[in-house]
Amino acid sequence: MTRAAPEAPILQTSHLLGIENLSVAEIEALLDLAESYVALNRGSDKKKALLKGRTLINLFFEASTRTQSSFELAGKRLGADVLNMAVRNSSVSKGETLIDTATTLNAMRPDILVVRHQDSGAAELLSRKVDCCVINAGDGAHEHPTQALLDALTIRRRRGGFQGLTVAICGDVLHSRVARSNIHLLGKMGAKVRLIAPRTLLPADAGRFGVELHSDMTKGLEGADIVMMLRLQRERMTGAFVPSTREYFRFYGLDRDKLKHAKPGALVMHPGPMNRGVEIDSAVADDIEVSLIQEQVEMGVAIRMAVLDALARGLPQEGKNT
Amino acid sequence: MSARTAFRNARLIDPAAKLDATGGLLVEDGIIRDVGANLFKDGVPGDAKIVDCGGHVLAPGLIDMRVFTGEPGSEHRETLESASNAAAAGGVTTMVVMPNTDPVIDEPSLVDFIRRRAAATAQVRVLPMAALTKHLAGEVMTEIGLLLEAGAIAFTDGDRSLANARVLRRALSYAATFNALVVGHAEDPFLSEGTAMNEGEYATRLGVPAAPTLAETIIVERDIRLVELTGARYHFGQISCRASLDAIAAAKARGLPVTCGVSAHHLSLNELDVGAYLTFRKVKPPLRSEADRAAMVEGVANGVIDVIVSSHDPQAADTKRQTFGEAAFGAVGLETLLPAALALYHNGHADLSQVLNTLTAAPARILGIDGGTLKKGAAADLVLFDPDRPFVVDADALHSRAKNTPFEERRFEGQVLQTFVQGRCVFNARGTA
Repeated sequence: MTRAAPEAPILQTSHLLGIENLSVAEIEALLDLAESYVALNRGSDKKKALLKGRTLINLFFEASTRTQSSFELAGKRLGADVLNMAVRNSSVSKGETLIDTATTLNAMRPDILVVRHQDSGAAELLSRKVDCCVINAGDGAHEHPTQALLDALTIRRRRGGFQGLTVAICGDVLHSRVARSNIHLLGKMGAKVRLIAPRTLLPADAGRFGVELHSDMTKGLEGADIVMMLRLQRERMTGAFVPSTREYFRFYGLDRDKLKHAKPGALVMHPGPMNRGVEIDSAVADDIEVSLIQEQVEMGVAIRMAVLDALARGLPQEGKNT
Repeated sequence: MSARTAFRNARLIDPAAKLDATGGLLVEDGIIRDVGANLFKDGVPGDAKIVDCGGHVLAPGLIDMRVFTGEPGSEHRETLESASNAAAAGGVTTMVVMPNTDPVIDEPSLVDFIRRRAAATAQVRVLPMAALTKHLAGEVMTEIGLLLEAGAIAFTDGDRSLANARVLRRALSYAATFNALVVGHAEDPFLSEGTAMNEGEYATRLGVPAAPTLAETIIVERDIRLVELTGARYHFGQISCRASLDAIAAAKARGLPVTCGVSAHHLSLNELDVGAYLTFRKVKPPLRSEADRAAMVEGVANGVIDVIVSSHDPQAADTKRQTFGEAAFGAVGLETLLPAALALYHNGHADLSQVLNTLTAAPARILGIDGGTLKKGAAADLVLFDPDRPFVVDADALHSRAKNTPFEERRFEGQVLQTFVQGRCVFNARGTA
């Protein structure tokens, strides 16, 4: 297997840190590219040599099963060597700074660094200190760009596009990087976005992001084409932001009754992992007629392959001075 | 024989004496012997050393009411000596140092330690504040009487607000017994816990935990009520928003003994300057909205804000080379205090004398000290500066041991040329004296 010459560039930057600074053209090109990987992943030979010889490091300061394995699989299917590093604060407690960790890894000459960190801005900080491509796999409450892209791919495949769609994002918007990335992306692509949450879980000045705000879930769901549920972290359920899980489920948990207020045929999404009986009822989550949750996981691998492909096009090539 | 120095050809500005005139100043044995427009019209005394001021501004040395150092306890950040070098370079001849050290300055012997260390190592005057409560824990008041006798200039828990209003009430009542000055930090500890920015659209965009301005104003309003109850002299170390300004203006109008300060960075920067998570601009309280920054400028211009401070807070690289959430608060500021304050003059918000008043006469009055003036008989603590000379801030060139300036590469107008403490030159950027 030899690596083919890279194709035309898709991204203007050498990192993927967020959706906020992507253009509509860049997003569309990534989604188009991802379509080809959906097809590849459904075949029996899922392997390409595009990233042969390249090293991808998954640097996860926060535990994640699905995002990490999705990136791992994406990297391996494109032929890269993949190293998973679960840091989980261990080096931080040893007094090593995030930048020290980055410099150490940088010395191992990776080509792509996928980073997840509990603090907003961590990926941005790393990108300034390393020579390789950095992909933000979630930083604090800031952004999770590949999640928004895979959500977009899922929506586009089901609805054909975004113009005129109404998407209701429901739950813990305050702490959610998924919500922020989706607000940026859906807004750019022409969808109408509503945020549904108790006031304690809506961030300050959320109304300035071109979205509608709702505290009454049934009103917020009226006419929605897509209902995007957010995960509520366990430590936020017990009095700090909402009084109890049962009260939260009563007013903000998606069950069949509440879903009836959305547009007939409305589709349900969730970035996972789900808290069944907290933000979503199993009857909805497992209903293959309305739930896109498994499809989101499949699209996740395809979108990450597309992102790796796009970023690899900007990597230095042997025998060429770039 | 006495040592005499003649400063001639100076633009003398002394807000305390309402003086703004071209003239000269004569220093003898560290004391200002004479000053005025016609002082040297019959020639300079033959035995005097001459400093030609070249028409630049000669003003009282600056008094900075809010300086954190690392001595004792974290000398790798800043010592009294290194802070004093930064002060001298910034035209600051008196720095009031905060008790937030390790150990906390909450014992008479520790006040004595600071004074002795300063006398032995520092180039400028150092006035120590003592803690208002033991270990800054907000529970038990310190020995205010004994600490005053040891030389504490005022009482503060530094960058901590007292959560317990009962403790503060008693501390204020007790302080009033001695007419001691209490300096407060207005930031509700619960509303601001775990936050790193000003609440609003930009913090939401960055996904950074944020506190609203009312975390400050709630404490300002509470403390004003307690001042009214106890009659204590109370100074808010720094405020940062319009609502706090309005509350203090109203308190002053009611005749309460309340004063306040603002930091140079809250006058110069707003929340958008955090940019892409710039940790050198993570300060306490956080940088506010542009409307609040403009309110601070207005507060200085209309006199509701009494003093401008540096809030000099040196941090080592390892505590700033972190994500925004994990990084330490604080910014160095002694060397950029004057040029940042002078921006108010250059932008037409205040005249030179007004700006200098907030850095000289006003802090001297609040602290109850002699100084901050060019009057006959005052100590010859002086700054000579060119208010119009532009320069670009270079972090590596700072005298402070820590380089965490929020103004890296910022262009300022107004450069300190020489600084004198008790007639002795402690900083000279002119080549020859």
